[in-house]
Amino acid sequence: MLRTRIFHSRRWLCRSFSNILHSAPLRVCVVGSGPAGCYTAEKLLKAHQQAQVDIIDRLPTPFGLVRSGVAPDHPETKIVVNQFSRVAQHERCSFFGNVTLGSSISLSELRKLYDVVVLAYGAESDRNLGIPGENLKGVISAREFVWWYNGHPDGRNLDPDLKSTDTAVILGQGNVALDVARILLRPTAELATTDIANHALAALEESTIRVVYLVGRRGPAQAACTAKELREVLGIRNLDISIQESDLLLTPADEEELKSNRIHRRIFELLSKAATSRPRHADLNQRQLCFVFFRKPDSFQESKNSTGHVSGVRFEKTVLKGAGPGKQIAVGTGEFEEIKCGMVLKSIGYKSVPVDGLPFDHKKGIVPNDEGRVLSDTLDTAVLEEGLYVCGWLKRGPTGIVATNLYCAEETVSSILEDLEKGALISSTAASKPDSEERKLGSLRNKPREKLATWNELLTVTSEGTGYST
Amino acid sequence: MLNLNSRLTRVAISIAKSLFTRDYTSICRAGYTPSTRNYCLQPSFQQNLLTNLYKGAMFEKHNFLSTTASNNAAESGSQEKETISVTFVDKDGEEHLIKVPIGMSMLEAAHENDIELEGACEGSLACSTCHVIVMDVEYYNKLEDPTDEENDMLDLAFGLSETSRLGCQVIAKPELDGVRLALPAATRNFAVDGYVPKPH
Repeated sequence: MLRTRIFHSRRWLCRSFSNILHSAPLRVCVVGSGPAGCYTAEKLLKAHQQAQVDIIDRLPTPFGLVRSGVAPDHPETKIVVNQFSRVAQHERCSFFGNVTLGSSISLSELRKLYDVVVLAYGAESDRNLGIPGENLKGVISAREFVWWYNGHPDGRNLDPDLKSTDTAVILGQGNVALDVARILLRPTAELATTDIANHALAALEESTIRVVYLVGRRGPAQAACTAKELREVLGIRNLDISIQESDLLLTPADEEELKSNRIHRRIFELLSKAATSRPRHADLNQRQLCFVFFRKPDSFQESKNSTGHVSGVRFEKTVLKGAGPGKQIAVGTGEFEEIKCGMVLKSIGYKSVPVDGLPFDHKKGIVPNDEGRVLSDTLDTAVLEEGLYVCGWLKRGPTGIVATNLYCAEETVSSILEDLEKGALISSTAASKPDSEERKLGSLRNKPREKLATWNELLTVTSEGTGYST
Repeated sequence: MLNLNSRLTRVAISIAKSLFTRDYTSICRAGYTPSTRNYCLQPSFQQNLLTNLYKGAMFEKHNFLSTTASNNAAESGSQEKETISVTFVDKDGEEHLIKVPIGMSMLEAAHENDIELEGACEGSLACSTCHVIVMDVEYYNKLEDPTDEENDMLDLAFGLSETSRLGCQVIAKPELDGVRLALPAATRNFAVDGYVPKPH
């Protein structure tokens, strides 16, 4: 009698445990609160009713590049913060600022604390050119400059010298390059009403820079910017635009490329229009923007008057060579020329930084992954880092717009859900479940634990913790 | 016997409680290491900040919606049946037939009817997330041509088609009655269709 009662109680208790464990939370940590992190949190919270998401960020402020990357004169791009704030306010979501992966907490510690860790900490370093003179004073990365004018605490001390030269050279013709050019050339009265950092506004008001070169290795048919940003920079008040008309001659290969690429086609049209339309107040304008195509940086020149400071960039002229269908690369011609300048901004791409214990593909600058699942080995897609995922620039490289992360996050989240369903995720929290259940069952019998001794029992307990039954 | 049962119930309830409440995870977190405990002080400050941001956002949003609503109310007062039928076909191919008041954008209409259309920039022509595909060319031709600014954003839309538009720029008018709009099924193919600026 007693035995059967206990047996029944146990069965009842087991069932209760199952039910409780079945709806136990899925504990997720998202590292990085930029677009990739916020979209990942949003999609996860929506897709998994038991998901509890903690977002950590190394800065005390959330939203990553929406705050410190998007230009101050693009307030409409930042409206997405409203949506991201709603994510952070979600009852199953918390934001923890001032927590740095790698120093406040290690990746392995984080993986022990959470069932799922999604790394979305972006790309906080720069690609290097690896050419002589790159460390001269006056040569800075566009990323640092952007952080500086956007009030990123790590950009506060950059203090770029805008007063001892009238010429700046920007290497690269992507959107970051155009943003930087616009900030340097736009009337400061127009910037004063934006959320630009005060120290940057003060420095720009005193800037003596009047000529900005935007230099690209390839031609106007391959420029990496988008139409909105180009239209904007071409429309700056009292600005002369200089584009060599000879650069606008298209080869059959260029035409082929343009035919299949709407963005490049529209960019080319805008540049052609700007090259042929005469400036209305030629010579009266105080500021000038020069697009320079087919030039590859060869070295930075050191100033003779001020040691250690840049005084110009030496370029090698290039021609385009076919490299596969629809793709042309720039190759040097052996012909060189120099542009004198007192400031160089390298806008040739961002680079992600690995942390301890994270597989990293140094060649591509990303974490090796299969649709967001972190791979232990770059070459072998079969070995996965259980419970570890990536999203955003760390996953696919530093390209694309805010919305690119929406699709990127959808992909990573559906990988997570697939893995949960397959029961492939038996991570820290799930792994501790047999222990707690064994102890509880044992306590009913005055034993330290009642061991779950079949595969079936063990796997049932661990997989139920994920919110899915197997 | 009875005693044992009720004790079990209590145990189960307390376990259930601890599993269900958020405290459970907080306790784990705080107890983790002394260094993480310091960081747990941050959220209260941060959440206040976020709350304020959030309130701001809600306020704006509310204003934005209520203005539209009152306009519609005024219009429907003078003319009855000032709506058109619009069908949204979502990513799974499911159809949603809704009534949209004349003058309302498809982005607002989708949101008012819980149709999953993103609107990151809330209709300020700074993103391409409300991209819709007009399923019938005849209806597409009834729309005014997209402006340069809309085209700039469509450049970046995923799964762009010949009859793509931004939902925020398509405004309900009588000629559009019966229009069918597809939400691009872009989940899996962003790397193919999406714009990926080439490194320079």
